[in-house]
Amino acid sequence: MSQKQEEENPAEETGEEKQDTQEKEGILPERAEEAKLKAKYPSLGQKPGGSDFLMKRLQKGVWGIISYPLSLEPKGVLGMKSVEQKYFDSGDYNMAKAKMKNKQLPSAGPDKNLVTGDHIPTPQDLPQRKSSLVTSKLAG
Amino acid sequence: VVADIISTVEFNHTGELLATGDKGGRVVIFQREQEVSGEGWRVLQLSKNQVHRRGEYNVYSTFQSHEPEFDYLKSLEIEEKINKIRWLPQQNAAYFLLSTNDKTVKLWKVSERDKRPEGYNLKDEEGRLRDPATITTLRVPVLRPMDLMVEATPRRVFANAHTYHINSISVNSDYETYMSADDLRINLWNFEITNQSFNIVDIKPANMEELTEVITAAEFHPHHCNTFVYSSSKGTIRLCDMRASALCDRHTKFFEEPEDPSNRSFFSEIISSISDVKFSHSGRYIMTRDYLTVKVWDLNMENRPIETYQVHDYLRSKLCSLYENDCIFDKFECVWNGSDSVIMTGSYNNFFRMFDRNTKRDVTLEASRENSKPRAILKPRKVCVGGKRRKDEISVDSLDFSKKILHTAWHPSENIIAVAATNNLYIFQDKVN
Repeated sequence: MSQKQEEENPAEETGEEKQDTQEKEGILPERAEEAKLKAKYPSLGQKPGGSDFLMKRLQKGVWGIISYPLSLEPKGVLGMKSVEQKYFDSGDYNMAKAKMKNKQLPSAGPDKNLVTGDHIPTPQDLPQRKSSLVTSKLAG
Repeated sequence: VVADIISTVEFNHTGELLATGDKGGRVVIFQREQEVSGEGWRVLQLSKNQVHRRGEYNVYSTFQSHEPEFDYLKSLEIEEKINKIRWLPQQNAAYFLLSTNDKTVKLWKVSERDKRPEGYNLKDEEGRLRDPATITTLRVPVLRPMDLMVEATPRRVFANAHTYHINSISVNSDYETYMSADDLRINLWNFEITNQSFNIVDIKPANMEELTEVITAAEFHPHHCNTFVYSSSKGTIRLCDMRASALCDRHTKFFEEPEDPSNRSFFSEIISSISDVKFSHSGRYIMTRDYLTVKVWDLNMENRPIETYQVHDYLRSKLCSLYENDCIFDKFECVWNGSDSVIMTGSYNNFFRMFDRNTKRDVTLEASRENSKPRAILKPRKVCVGGKRRKDEISVDSLDFSKKILHTAWHPSENIIAVAATNNLYIFQDKVN
């Protein structure tokens, strides 16, 4: 999201351009919207349905695809976001999954000074395990 | 909870069962309770004013259909989200359905068990093996009634046939085969064979740089087992006949509405992308959904649709921000009612729209907790486009684009609809006589 803001055209629309947009709006709201978009992202290509963007959609999530910063990358017909979750390998993937599951663990910061072994853990201290049968809310 | 987001809804062929799939890979099946039927004329006489409660849907079975996987070869994560569920027609006491995520289709059998065998010779009631030396007599195990248990078991797993993400599955009218479609290919399967499938459509260009469109949805004809259609990101539909050739790359019919080039804009192709295609029950028409409209096509006329319905045309002046927040890529589904006289599709702000093809009247309704007490009548909603906003209207700028209704289903014969609003399921019924 922040990348988008960077790319917003810092130069204000001149009075002339504003009038132009308003005229277009009378003709075709789509064109006015297009003008708005092009004003924000001047580097937007002429052909939105180009093969590059379709290709990115097809290869969603594949490691090794260079991700363009959001500001430069116009989205293809099929809504390819240029930033997808990518993993270096299966170990990386498993670590990321483990990190998500252990979000309830206390942060390492202040506890780093604690000497381990001082505190005997009790069941309440242990991180909550994901229950083996997670029922859907609809069935609950 | 993200995992609770409903990603597909489907009634079975009788309407007795309603299945939902969610982002967490779970399937929940609801069953309609048997209607309270009078036990003969005596009941009716005693309680003249008794309202016969139409059956309600209650949870019947829930199971984990797909788990998240990791493709080690490509270093990519395979989501467990259920993209589509399709029921098979019932042929015996058990129910069968197909459920699919991005890569793997599974055939699930849902069956009831209300008896269990008791009195084994070699093991005791807890299943522990008995010492054979203690067995002095022989008995025949008997079946005793037990509390009803509904079990779901995976009967077939159809894997490794799709390089790209599966967007559709469709059961053929021969009940022996089905198809699965991804962005570039469509495969034909036999239910009994999991280790091979026939590729019937392949639109992958030899040079990927030349790729201009992808497959967005596909469906078999309801009666002709040789005919199917698939839609594309360019707003076209192709009808194929499998008798013509083994590989149906050349279509039999090509449906496309001509576009006025002077109306073309940056958004034109994006909003023309078809997100869903459905045959009518009659098999005579197809309905397509693109970002702003629903169109009905006559199979006999390829050059333009016979009907076009505006779902939320007021969004045309919001395309810039809808592009920025990705909403312009939302994939709405569309459904026919049982008699093909009414069509329904979802919109934003938890609104959904119905169009009566005969009277040409349409209505906008809302699926929300605040407005839906049980048995309450839904009030039609209206979006105010500009100028003065009436009291009950909602202005375009106040619409909540995070509340989108992408998935809806219509009972095959009755006016009962299921509407998925993010992680809530609503079931509505029309009691008009």
